[in-house]
Amino acid sequence: MRWIWIDKFIDFESGKRAVAIKNVTLAEEHLHDHFPGYPLMPECLCIEAMAQTAGILVGQAKNFKEKVILAKIKKAVFFNYVKPGDTIKIEAKIDSITNEAASTSGKITCTEKTIAEIDLIFSHIDQNIGGKEFPDENFVFTDTFKSLMRGIVSSEQD
Amino acid sequence: MAMSHDEIFNQVQEVLVDALGLDDDEVTAQATLMGDLGAESIDFLDIVFRLEKAFGIKIPRDELFPIENLMSNPEYVNNGKLTETGLAELKNKIPHTDLADFEKDPDINKLGNLFTVGSIVNYVESKMANSL
Repeated sequence: MRWIWIDKFIDFESGKRAVAIKNVTLAEEHLHDHFPGYPLMPECLCIEAMAQTAGILVGQAKNFKEKVILAKIKKAVFFNYVKPGDTIKIEAKIDSITNEAASTSGKITCTEKTIAEIDLIFSHIDQNIGGKEFPDENFVFTDTFKSLMRGIVSSEQD
Repeated sequence: MAMSHDEIFNQVQEVLVDALGLDDDEVTAQATLMGDLGAESIDFLDIVFRLEKAFGIKIPRDELFPIENLMSNPEYVNNGKLTETGLAELKNKIPHTDLADFEKDPDINKLGNLFTVGSIVNYVESKMANSL
């Protein structure tokens, strides 16, 4: 299993908003444990899907130069379940962004149903943790996300 | 129309209730952010963003909670306490905070206690007055 909880971006406005989708499938192992006989996408992974959507949006705004780390879940409210076969739409927008941090708000929907509202804070860690040094390479935006990022570049060229 | 002190307090209270998951009555003017209200460094980022939005102001880094830069400068800190120069710099940076008690024993571990709900209200008040 790879730690990637969005499949592709369908809309990307640099520095403003991003919309990603994820197709949920019974081939995902964890769904058979959560719960046996009643598979549901875990809500913590819905938050992770939002963190990846919003995190890439925040990272792209600074040209992927910053190490963007999820710092705080400001809000996560769930209204409906996500089941195998569902395509969820994860929409994130940047409310504020500075050199040190960013604040995003977002919504996950499935067809017309609201699944969740999730607001996050990200930290640009090199700018925030006084005295601590991190590796030079950007360990946040790794090859795992390469195909997703390629999607962003091509949508900008369209 | 300018906001009154009470209106600003109420709005700051709402920001802190939301940012730190508190009840209204916990957020008194005297409450310290870290000691009494349990704020951590990440919460300060959140609080700054929320204040900017709630009051329509810009809060430059190091203006409201300027301790990080202070602590990393050996000219300002010696043996766990702020030096004369450090104290002067702190006063200069946070004129909206009462430092009388802190000056008697400027232990850097107590710096966090300087930031009270009241000091945020004073800061916002001065910021709004300047922007009029």
